[in-house]
Amino acid sequence: MAELWTGYVWPTAVIVARILAIVLPLLVAVAYLTLAERKVIGAIQMRKGPNVVGPFGLLQPVADGLKLFFKETIVPTGASKVVFFISPALTFILALVAWAVIPFDEGWVLANINVGVLYLFAISSLGVYGIIMAGWASNSKYAFLGGLRAAAQMVSYEVSIGFVMISVLLCVGSLNLTDIVHAQAEKGWFVFWHLPMFVIFYTSCLAETNRSPFDLMEAESELVTGYNVEYSAMTFALFYLGEYANMILVCAMTTVLFLGGWLSPLPFAPFTAVPGIIWFALKVSVLLFGFLWIRATFPRYRFDQLMRLGWKVFLPFSLVWLILTAGVLEFGGWLPK
Amino acid sequence: MIQALVFYLFAAVAVASGVMVISARNPVHAVLFLILTFFNAAGLFLLCGAEFLAMVLVVVYVGAVAVLFLFVVMLLDINYLKLREGFLQYLPTGALIGLVLLAELLLVFGSWKFAPDAPLSVGTHVPDPAVVTNTDAIGRLLYTEYFYLFQIAGLVLLVAMIGTILLTLRSRTGVRKQKISSQVTRTKADSVEIRKVPSGGGI
Amino acid sequence: MSFLDRTARTWLLTELLSGMAVTLRYFFSPKVTINYPFEKNPISPRFRGEHALRRYANGEERCIACKLCEAVCPAQAISIEAEPRADGSRRTTRYDIDMTKCIYCGFCQEACPVDAIVEGPNFEFATETRAELMYDKAKLLSNGDRWETELAARLTADAPYR
Repeated sequence: MAELWTGYVWPTAVIVARILAIVLPLLVAVAYLTLAERKVIGAIQMRKGPNVVGPFGLLQPVADGLKLFFKETIVPTGASKVVFFISPALTFILALVAWAVIPFDEGWVLANINVGVLYLFAISSLGVYGIIMAGWASNSKYAFLGGLRAAAQMVSYEVSIGFVMISVLLCVGSLNLTDIVHAQAEKGWFVFWHLPMFVIFYTSCLAETNRSPFDLMEAESELVTGYNVEYSAMTFALFYLGEYANMILVCAMTTVLFLGGWLSPLPFAPFTAVPGIIWFALKVSVLLFGFLWIRATFPRYRFDQLMRLGWKVFLPFSLVWLILTAGVLEFGGWLPK
Repeated sequence: MIQALVFYLFAAVAVASGVMVISARNPVHAVLFLILTFFNAAGLFLLCGAEFLAMVLVVVYVGAVAVLFLFVVMLLDINYLKLREGFLQYLPTGALIGLVLLAELLLVFGSWKFAPDAPLSVGTHVPDPAVVTNTDAIGRLLYTEYFYLFQIAGLVLLVAMIGTILLTLRSRTGVRKQKISSQVTRTKADSVEIRKVPSGGGI
Repeated sequence: MSFLDRTARTWLLTELLSGMAVTLRYFFSPKVTINYPFEKNPISPRFRGEHALRRYANGEERCIACKLCEAVCPAQAISIEAEPRADGSRRTTRYDIDMTKCIYCGFCQEACPVDAIVEGPNFEFATETRAELMYDKAKLLSNGDRWETELAARLTADAPYR
C-alpha cells in the first residue's frame, strides 16, 4: 500500500499540481491578453478601450467569459457533430500541452525532454487540424474556405520556422530548450547572431498563429471570421482561448530561442538579482505587444502574396542563412561539442 | 506495469483506428483516423525510447503529409451510390488479387530467416543510450555508415519535386502578372505628368 | 533612387518600420474617447431629436390641427384627427407619431405655422418594446412640458438665422 502511495499516487499528485501551476496562470494571462489587445489597439486608434467593467476595465475578461459561458451552443444542420465538437477541444488542448517543455527559469520546466524543440514544432504543426476540422465539420462555405486557407498557410510557414530553428540549433548542438538558453548565456543572445532569422521567425509565428496581417482564415471582411463562423458560446470560447494561448506560446518560443529565455539582459549585479521568471515574462510581454502593435499597423495580406512571401522570400532566405551558419561554424571551428 | 498499460492503449487505438481508416464510409473521417494511427505510432516510438523518430513522425506525417491528404480529400465530391455500383462485378477480380497477395505474404513469412550476421551488425551500431541521445545516434549512423544511401534518398525526393513542378507548370502567354518590385519602385516622377490644359482646348 | 539604396531600404524593412513608428506615436497621443453616458458632445440648436408638442405660456396647446405636418411628412409617420372643441376653437383629438417610421428630417417643424411640433435635443429615448415608440398626443405634450425651457432656448438661439 505504501509502495502504491510513494510509487504512483504521490508523483501523480505532484505532476497534477505542477500542471495546474502552469495552466492557471496561463489562462489568466490569456484572459488579460484579450484585454491588453483591445486596450493597445484602442490606444493606437486614439480610443481608450474597455474601461467600464471594473477599474480601468480590468474585469472585462471576466464579463466576456461569463457571457460566452451562458450562451447557447448552436450546432448547424448538416454539421459533422463529433468532429464539430472535437476540433475546438483539440485546438485548446494542443495550445496547453505545448507548455510542458517551456523552461520558465533555471530548472522550472515540467518535462525537460531531449527533443524539446521538436516537440514544440510537432505540437504547433498539429494545431492546424483544429482549424481544418472545424472548417470542414461546420458545413458552411465560409468556414470551409477558412479551413483550406489555414491548411495551406500553416504548412507553408512551418517550413521556414523549421529552417530558422535548425540554424539556431546548429549553434547549440542540442534539441533541449534549457540547453539552448545555457548556450546563449555563453555566446550571447542569438537575436544578435541571427537577427534576420529572428525577424523571419517572428513573422512566421504571426502566420502560424493566424494573427494579422496573416489572419486570412478569419478574415472578417471576406470570410466573416472564417473557420469559427458557425461556433458559438463555449466552443467559440475554446477556439479563442487556444488562439491566444498559442500567441503566448510562440512568444515564449521566440524568447527561448532568440532572447535568452530567463537570462537577464545585462549579466551584472542589479539585473541578475531579478528572478529569471520575471525577465522571461517581460520578454514574452514585449513580443506580445509587438503582435498587437503589428495588428494595429498593417493591413491584411492578399492570399497569393502570403504564399509568395512564405515560399519565395522566407524559404530561400532562411536556407541561405542556414548554409551560411553551418559554413561559418564549420570553418571557424565553433561547432558545439 | 504502467508502461505495459500505455503500450496496450497505444497499440489498441492504433490498430482500431487503422481498421477504421479502411472501413470509414466518409473519406474525411478515414483521413482523420489515419492521423490518429500516425499519432499512436508516434506514441509507440516514444515507448521504445526513440523520441526523435516519434517527433519527426508527428512533424512530417501528421503535420505536413496528412494535412495535404486532408486538403485533397475535403475537396473531393464523392457520390457514394456511384461508388458502390460495380461492386459485385469487380468482386471476383478483387478477391483473386487479394488471394494472390495473401499467398505471397504466407510464402515470405513461412521462409523468414535473419541473415546470420544481422544480430552482430545491429550490436555494433547501437551506441550506449546513457551516453548518446538517440538524435545523436541516428545522426551518426545516417551521416557515416549510410551517407550515400541518405543522399540518394534526398536526390530521389529532389527529382520527384522537380518532376511535380514541371508537370503542373503551365506557361501561358498574354497573362498580366503583378510585379511587386516594380510597383514598389514606382515614383511620382515616372508615373504622373501634370499639364496645363487651356479651357475648351483639351489635350 | 539608386539601386543599392532601394535594395537596402527593402531589406532593412524601412517602410514597415516607419509605419510602425507612426502607430507607436499615436499610441502615446491623447485619446479622443468621450466617456458616454457621463460625458456628451455638444449638440447644435438645430439638432433634430425626439419630437415634442409645445404649449403657450398660458397652458393652451399651440397645435391648431392644420395638418401641414401630416401632409409634409415624407415617411407618413404622423396621423392627425381634428374636431372643434367645446369653446369653438379647432384642436386635434388625436396626434400620433410612429417613431419607428420617422426619419428625423425635420420637415414637420419647418411646416408648422405656430411652432407647435418641434424636434428637441433628446436622442436617448430607446424603449424596450416597439409599442412604446408609437407616440400619442399625451406623450408628445408631456415631452413638450418636460423640455420646454430648452426648446424655447433653442428656438431663440436659432432665430437670427431663419
